[in-house]
Amino acid sequence: MSNASTKTSGGFPNPLQWIGVGILATCQELGRLAIFASRVKFAALTPRWFVGAILRQMVSIGFYSLPVVGLSAIFIGAALALNIYSGGSRFGAEQFVPTIVVLGITRELGVVITGLMLAGRVSAGIAAEVGAMRVTEQIDALKTLSANPFRYLYAPRFLAAMVTLPILVLIADIIGVMGGWLVSTQALDFDSTVYLRNTLDFVTIEDVAVGLIKAVVFGGVIAIMGCYHGANSKAGATGVGRAATLSMVSAAVLVLGLNYVMSTLFESIGL
Amino acid sequence: MTLSILELRGVEKSFGRNHVLRGVDLDVAPGQSLVVLGGSGSGKSVMLKNALGLMTPDAGNIFFDGEDVTRDQGRSRDAMRARIGMLFQSAALFDSLTVWENVAFRLIHADRLKRKEAKERAIASLKKVRLGASVADLRPAELSGGMQKRVGLARAIISEPDLIFFDEPTTGLDPITADAINDLIIEQVKGLGAASISITHDMASARKIADEIAMLFEGKIIWRGPASMIDHSGNAYVDQFVHGRAEGPIQPSI
Repeated sequence: MSNASTKTSGGFPNPLQWIGVGILATCQELGRLAIFASRVKFAALTPRWFVGAILRQMVSIGFYSLPVVGLSAIFIGAALALNIYSGGSRFGAEQFVPTIVVLGITRELGVVITGLMLAGRVSAGIAAEVGAMRVTEQIDALKTLSANPFRYLYAPRFLAAMVTLPILVLIADIIGVMGGWLVSTQALDFDSTVYLRNTLDFVTIEDVAVGLIKAVVFGGVIAIMGCYHGANSKAGATGVGRAATLSMVSAAVLVLGLNYVMSTLFESIGL
Repeated sequence: MTLSILELRGVEKSFGRNHVLRGVDLDVAPGQSLVVLGGSGSGKSVMLKNALGLMTPDAGNIFFDGEDVTRDQGRSRDAMRARIGMLFQSAALFDSLTVWENVAFRLIHADRLKRKEAKERAIASLKKVRLGASVADLRPAELSGGMQKRVGLARAIISEPDLIFFDEPTTGLDPITADAINDLIIEQVKGLGAASISITHDMASARKIADEIAMLFEGKIIWRGPASMIDHSGNAYVDQFVHGRAEGPIQPSI
């Protein structure tokens, strides 16, 4: 009865069995996710494209994210300037505020903050929408009407996120630097002209490019997490709520993890 | 013998250790209206999803118009679906689109018709289910349950399919609205000369729309006969279901 190789509920529970079940379930989930992601990518890269759906998603993902991205960026830029100033003043290095602000914003913070905010706003939003469509049989209806949900639903979101995220990050970079400039000139006695000249002299096209490349990857991750969890949503309000939570958490963790991986990669190739 | 428009042969489907379908054999002749009865959890919806290709059976085969479509994908699957209409239980209208865009969805996306022409055909299809052109530009959320079912029916019949599936067409409707939906189903299905498979547990609806009735129990078809025979089936399971008794060979699923 207590044979560990059988899944009977009788006998003493075997902790090794739980570990095995957990690992197998994780592998299955990762496999499903990988298949799903490659189907989304295939649908995104091959015709036919639903141009109207892509444009609608670009407005919903990109344009309507502007307020939250702009607000986050200005506060991060301002706080960064304050901290660099107070840290730098301990060894007379206050003049580095503009250069470190622009470097920190363009290479890391602008893209990470944008990625995290969109993991919440966009990924959870997609998961809730797709999840509600699944539980009300709208995705089955799409299929019976010969519309492939990968082409009609997921690929437009994937493409729209990959296109709009770099634009949002570029805007976040500019507003973030402006936040630092605002604090430095208004509260910290920096000269406006000198601050801006230092910023522009120091920042390189590579610094900005690093952030934008990350943004394209984050856009894809955010959209796929939303679509995947939505498409696998369980029935009912709790099912859809759980899909939204899972997509937000997984997208946020992946954004931070991939950011580190890509930073290491760029560092090693000298970008 | 006439060729069946749809045939299920030994279809099995399990979810983990839950064996939902245990070898379903079912066929529908062109123009025939078949109603499949079954209690909650008897596997009616799973059977329908397998027949539609929304699920792949673990075993058995599905034939559409004589061709094995069990594992069809892509174009051949789309070709089959172009000849099938489906009315979902909750109507499953796309709530991001207007009523006419819902009805004309297949025309716009699969057949690539011009929007103007698609809208005209959508309004004509809405007229067939007694809905005026005034609802065409509304959103599905602005309609009552009965009206949503009608829009779903208009969407199912717009491309003049050879086979239409109805998933509990009258569930959630008051008796009068339900009867009106039954009338529309009969009128439209007969008008198209299409075959239909309806799954339901509404006996009034079954008696009205069926040429033949089959009963699904524990993943198998346990009885099938003409609709007129339903009260004299000689089958204890069918009798219990038809008369809605809690006592009998079927245990209530509560």
